[in-house]
Amino acid sequence: MADAAAPVRPPLSHRLSFRIESLVVLLVLCTAMAVLSPYFLSVSNFLNILLATATIGVLAIGATFVICAAGIDLSLGSVLGLSGVVGAIFSVKLEVPWPMALVAGLATGAAAGFVNGILVTRGGIPAFIVTLGMLGIARGLALILTNGQAVYGLDPALVFLGQGRPWGVPMPALVFLLVALVTHWLLAYTRFGRYTLVIGDNEAAARAMGIRVERHKVALYTLSGLLAGTAGILFMARVNAGDPTAGLGYELTAITAAIIGGTNLFGGRGSILGTFIGALVMGVLQNGLNLLAVQSYYQQMAIGTVLIFAVWLDQSSRRRGR
Amino acid sequence: MTLLELDGVQKRFGAVEALRGVTLAVDAGEVVALVGDNGAGKSTLMKTITGVYRPDGGAIRFEGQDITGLEPGAIRARGIEMIYQDLALARQQDVAANIFLGREPVRRLLGVLPMIDRRRIETEALRMVRRLGARLPSVHYEVGLLSGGQQQSVAIARALTFDPKLVIMDEPTAALAVREVEHVLELIRELRRQRIGVILISHRLTDVFAVADRIVALRQGMVIADERAAATTMQEVVAHIVGAH
Repeated sequence: MADAAAPVRPPLSHRLSFRIESLVVLLVLCTAMAVLSPYFLSVSNFLNILLATATIGVLAIGATFVICAAGIDLSLGSVLGLSGVVGAIFSVKLEVPWPMALVAGLATGAAAGFVNGILVTRGGIPAFIVTLGMLGIARGLALILTNGQAVYGLDPALVFLGQGRPWGVPMPALVFLLVALVTHWLLAYTRFGRYTLVIGDNEAAARAMGIRVERHKVALYTLSGLLAGTAGILFMARVNAGDPTAGLGYELTAITAAIIGGTNLFGGRGSILGTFIGALVMGVLQNGLNLLAVQSYYQQMAIGTVLIFAVWLDQSSRRRGR
Repeated sequence: MTLLELDGVQKRFGAVEALRGVTLAVDAGEVVALVGDNGAGKSTLMKTITGVYRPDGGAIRFEGQDITGLEPGAIRARGIEMIYQDLALARQQDVAANIFLGREPVRRLLGVLPMIDRRRIETEALRMVRRLGARLPSVHYEVGLLSGGQQQSVAIARALTFDPKLVIMDEPTAALAVREVEHVLELIRELRRQRIGVILISHRLTDVFAVADRIVALRQGMVIADERAAATTMQEVVAHIVGAH
């Protein structure tokens, strides 16, 4: 060991804090799809992938923040559904101006996340249980509010959020990119982001160093809920309806995307850039399976397999000392 | 000058009375060793001082001001630092980030966006590491990849970077090689020369007698002896710890 610190460059993956492997997986997947399907390599299909990835991507960003702090949010998909339903009800049944419907949907997501956060910190209930409970509650609430029927007839401005294509680029893709940019700054460059990672790394140390752990966790779950709300609005706008079954099982895909992107399942490491790549992997996989006309039942199996594989890869590389 | 005063500090965990009215004072430039058997309440007492635990009774004053029940961040801001036995490091963060943990300087990008000032953190962390003569490969190194002794250096650097007035060390030599132990003891003497107060928790009585001005023995959550190091012997201290007196 040399004397104190002639600056040895840390490994590239550390500086970027995402898995290079995830990028490799993405490229391999794209190459394979390009070979298998003549429709894969085209601008319009690429935009399709971005559009299809947007909802899951925003959700996966929420999952990333929570997992980085060694938490888990299983309620993401249900909160997505509930937020979309509330947004649609405000727009269609209450006939409020579209910005208010939008805010109502986002606020619903944030509120659900806030409740998760309070129960985890004040209630001392494991996040796994709290958010599993919320998964049921939010889904049930969405079904009750709509009587199980999708709410149709949104304000055109809301529909534009989901179906509009300024400069040919789908609006959800633009929203996804914007959300990714802002949250990347938040996680990688601010105190908020660093404390998120430190809490996931060593909660007792974070507390001893003066970080307000409980308050921070509430903020994280609220952020996660807000992002689920954003995804809910995007979904609602894209299908032009408040569908109470929207986002069913999406938490599986979202968490998988975050893990593929290099988020440490046990906290302390993760990046939005990595999650962005992870979400694209999931998007390309689904898109490719669609192009190859693989039944959606098999797609679910594929996603589940990828999740297990990603965690196995992460664990085995950790055992080798990274 | 009295730096830290504990006055009848009590702490309960459910039915267990961990601290049963601890009264203790530390002067500036004084090294006070805190000894006692496992479970005597040493670590609980220290965590109560640093705000990790909130006392159930009694008062804590620092530089004449009441700091009872303040949060850990507020207590650090007043100049009390602690080097924890488990080091309290974030293993997946680098050395520089750990040294500045909880105190990251922030700059504003384009005058608006707040961002952690990484360059400043790196330069100042590097300066501190060099000043302490710590043998670390780089301040960019992930702490989890360092040896035990190196991690100890990081924890020490963190405690000393922000000009503390009181430094609490919980078993700082327990995991170290002989040469590194001597280094820590020399560091404690240096702190005393700089008029910084030190509370040293240690099982190693040779270390205690090598640096301490006063020795305080704790048993079952109470101070049972508080003596000048020069006026007592190792046998007496051992007797206090095991409860033979």
